[in-house]
Amino acid sequence: MAEWFTAEDGAVRLVGSRCDTCGTPYFPRNTLACRNPQCASPKDGSELAEYLFSTRGRIWSYADARYKPPPPYVSSDPFEPYVVAAVELEVEQMVILGQVVRGFTVDDLAVGMPVELALGVLYEDEEAEHTVWMWRPVDA
Amino acid sequence: MPDTNDRDIAVLGAGMHQWGKWGRNFVEYGLVAARAALADAGVDHRDVGYIAGADTIRNGYPGFVSGATFAQALGWSGARISSSYAACASGAQAIANARAQILAGLTDVALVVGADAAPKGFFQPVGGERRDDPDWLRFHLLGATNPIYFALYARRRMALHGATLDDFAAVKVKNAKHGLNNPYARYRKEVSAEEVAASAVVSDPLRLLDICATSDGGAALVLTSMEYARRHGIADPVRVRALSTVTPTFPKTVLDLPDFATDSAVAVEPPPRTFRSAIAHAAYEEAGIGPADLSFAEVYDLSTALELDWYEDIGLCETGGAEDLLRSGATTLGGRVPVNPSGGLSCFGEAIPAQAIAQICELTWQLRGRAEGRQVDDALAGIAVNQGLFGHGSAIIATR
Repeated sequence: MAEWFTAEDGAVRLVGSRCDTCGTPYFPRNTLACRNPQCASPKDGSELAEYLFSTRGRIWSYADARYKPPPPYVSSDPFEPYVVAAVELEVEQMVILGQVVRGFTVDDLAVGMPVELALGVLYEDEEAEHTVWMWRPVDA
Repeated sequence: MPDTNDRDIAVLGAGMHQWGKWGRNFVEYGLVAARAALADAGVDHRDVGYIAGADTIRNGYPGFVSGATFAQALGWSGARISSSYAACASGAQAIANARAQILAGLTDVALVVGADAAPKGFFQPVGGERRDDPDWLRFHLLGATNPIYFALYARRRMALHGATLDDFAAVKVKNAKHGLNNPYARYRKEVSAEEVAASAVVSDPLRLLDICATSDGGAALVLTSMEYARRHGIADPVRVRALSTVTPTFPKTVLDLPDFATDSAVAVEPPPRTFRSAIAHAAYEEAGIGPADLSFAEVYDLSTALELDWYEDIGLCETGGAEDLLRSGATTLGGRVPVNPSGGLSCFGEAIPAQAIAQICELTWQLRGRAEGRQVDDALAGIAVNQGLFGHGSAIIATR
């Protein structure tokens, strides 16, 4: 899912799109039409340009997975629990989900805690190491 | 409250197949439920002018075209037909189709049927590798199962409103007690707070007994015009007063399955009501009654914590007041406004296309005063609400 984020020089950015007319950002990328019903753009997709999201936000909520989920999640063997956080981005005024970087548990987190975007390994197979965006707690 | 409405339709019959893990085909559950509803109504299926099926996606083509599947099982009768899929609101969409046909004068009698044979364990996306399907992707990229979303809501309640694990457990204890005497419930066993606390954590802060199971089950209704009900000798039937299937309003600022992100509120202020409360609000507007008029409610308790969110969304209390309402006993049978007298999903589990129909079966039995062992005192008005994937949800208000 390389087109969902960039990680050049270790700087991880979520890649979405944004309406030129009303300024609404979208993640994942929206290429169809601006979805703001009050927006006067042509709504044919021409109003949507690539957009790089801000990289810091605060935890809206969080949870973990203690049981192996079904495919298409690719679980490690043996299964290792993972944490998912919903993070509120102040700039974009929206909440974006992501796993939390490995090594953190729910006991380390709190609603309102500042986090930043990081790169994490989702799973490995014989072909490659598959990376994904993740949230990492940071000092306020 | 106003006691009539020119958009009322009558519920003449309600029927279910007991929920559980029966290992049989969904058609059988639907047929049993349909036959029970027709018998309850005293209507021959050849007199049904419209058959509305609520679809299941897990049973191949017969599930995708459940209207025809149930019609065939009943014996082709030449009725008009529809099949509806709207995740957890599928049953409500089927009811909505039937209601529209009746109100348009196209038929006097409609049969609504939904049934499912749900697999054990986590729900998962339909098969195949589909990298443009958000439901497939949320599993693949995030491992965001349904319980993860339920746990996000639960944690948020704890942080914002001071909900505790004991509160969540109290919802389970209550609903388990409510369902004890419901012959259609899958689980009919008392549960203690200690048992909830001792059950395994599935997705912190939720435990196994906080999360509803997947089930097999079926439910059906016979709906008619008020005029037909009177001709049929039923002067004062239970009636559907309102049926809301409204979508969210942009920007939707609460994550919903299978979202990766909410809408942004950069360009437009968030609407005054969240999606769940908007669903209920539209039904109240249509029925001309409010939360204070309710005798009871059936809400979609996918998790114990989610039931608390619903108390606020359907207006039983102010935002942040759900824990106090629960602790006061108001939502327990015998209280001011019992919630999930049927036992809810806690006792039934999810049989997705049947659930919204099953809720109306319970509303019907309660409003008739025939919900033996779980009857709400002097039940005059009830609401049933649910929320499904991708912005589908429903609220239905019935009165007697």
